[in-house]
Amino acid sequence: MVRIDHILDARNLICPMPVIRTSEQIAKLKTGQTLEVVCTDPGALEDIPAWCRIHGHEVIHTESRNGESFIQLRIHR
Amino acid sequence: MNTTRSAVALISGGLDSMLAAKLMLDQGIHVEGLNIFTGFCVEGHTHAIRNSDRNKQKRNNALWASEQIGIKLHMIEAIEPYKDIVINPRHGYGANLNPCLDCKGFMVGLARKWMEENSFDFIITGEVMGQRPKSQRKSTFPVVARESGAFDRLVRPLSAKLLPPTLPERAGWINRKHLLNISGRSRRKQIELAARYGIDNYSQPAGGCCFLTDESYSRKLQDFWDHRENRDYELDDIMLLKVGRHLRPRADWKLIIARDSGESNYLSGYRSKFAHFAVTSHTGPLSLVEGQIPDDDLEMAARMVARFGSSRNAEQVTVRYTAADGSARDLTVTPMKPAEIEKPWYV
Repeated sequence: MVRIDHILDARNLICPMPVIRTSEQIAKLKTGQTLEVVCTDPGALEDIPAWCRIHGHEVIHTESRNGESFIQLRIHR
Repeated sequence: MNTTRSAVALISGGLDSMLAAKLMLDQGIHVEGLNIFTGFCVEGHTHAIRNSDRNKQKRNNALWASEQIGIKLHMIEAIEPYKDIVINPRHGYGANLNPCLDCKGFMVGLARKWMEENSFDFIITGEVMGQRPKSQRKSTFPVVARESGAFDRLVRPLSAKLLPPTLPERAGWINRKHLLNISGRSRRKQIELAARYGIDNYSQPAGGCCFLTDESYSRKLQDFWDHRENRDYELDDIMLLKVGRHLRPRADWKLIIARDSGESNYLSGYRSKFAHFAVTSHTGPLSLVEGQIPDDDLEMAARMVARFGSSRNAEQVTVRYTAADGSARDLTVTPMKPAEIEKPWYV
């Protein structure tokens, strides 16, 4: 079980706002810290990991349940 | 000393901006992408609200393009400052409410600011001379360079040989010989270049990258403005113009009626902000009320809503009306007949 340092509520935001809010939140966090993003836009499950891949952040875990997506990330600089 | 030069590329997610960035990467330039969200951008997810689009690929094309060519992409929101571009375009609108020339200057201006803040050297765009009648003409290219403040730090690699040499070319940061001379609306050269790079499955939006180029969307936006005291808007306002049937039987209010369960789900996210109708005796669409609906019009609106679901041929339909303050009441109505819904009501 990964300890989550911060949770970002990006529910009811539609693409690309969940990615933008995630990038803004990550800018405030330090290397090694973890972030969980909660989204309702199903596309965020593709987009946030894609954004993390090109910026070098680690996607720890993703899952969807009850119409919501949960994406856990670890920040790398 | 050999210094690696850096360029910020405006990445829309389409092929041209992707190729422009790739040409610079080929010249050893460090490239990072910038994607700007105005609220009007056409994206796969917006289309994916509807059931009929559910099987379409859900991807953000700017992210996809950046990953394909191996560059970082910075995504920024510019909803608030973009309002002035949409509401008061200095250069006017195109065929619809598309302020393309002002928009291009605005986007390049943000890229110029980003370039300065991040100590990059120049800006690249995927603009092609003659490709867009409003914003991508020989006469408008200098306007964008000037009004954005980018001046000769703005490079259009796909049409560069048709334009005066820019600072990066004159200073030897990039080699003009390897830039291109593409012009016009044909996509043949870009498609050939994409094939040479092994790029396929790229986005080819039929109506461009912006809802404001869409006639139907622009009509709804104009109607929205016509029934407001001023032309200001919030993100929710312009997002809702992308969804549902919009019917305005009265100047004071209109209905936004979901066209399928996907749209009903999407509109349900707005129930706490808008008065709304939902058919409870049958399956039917969720419908938001935009504006102020008087009590005298509730039955009429309920009859309209009942017309657009499985209840359309029923004798009696129960429709729950929930006011913006959360108070609810049930109305028992007969659905409107098709002929009762007047054509001018459709926005």
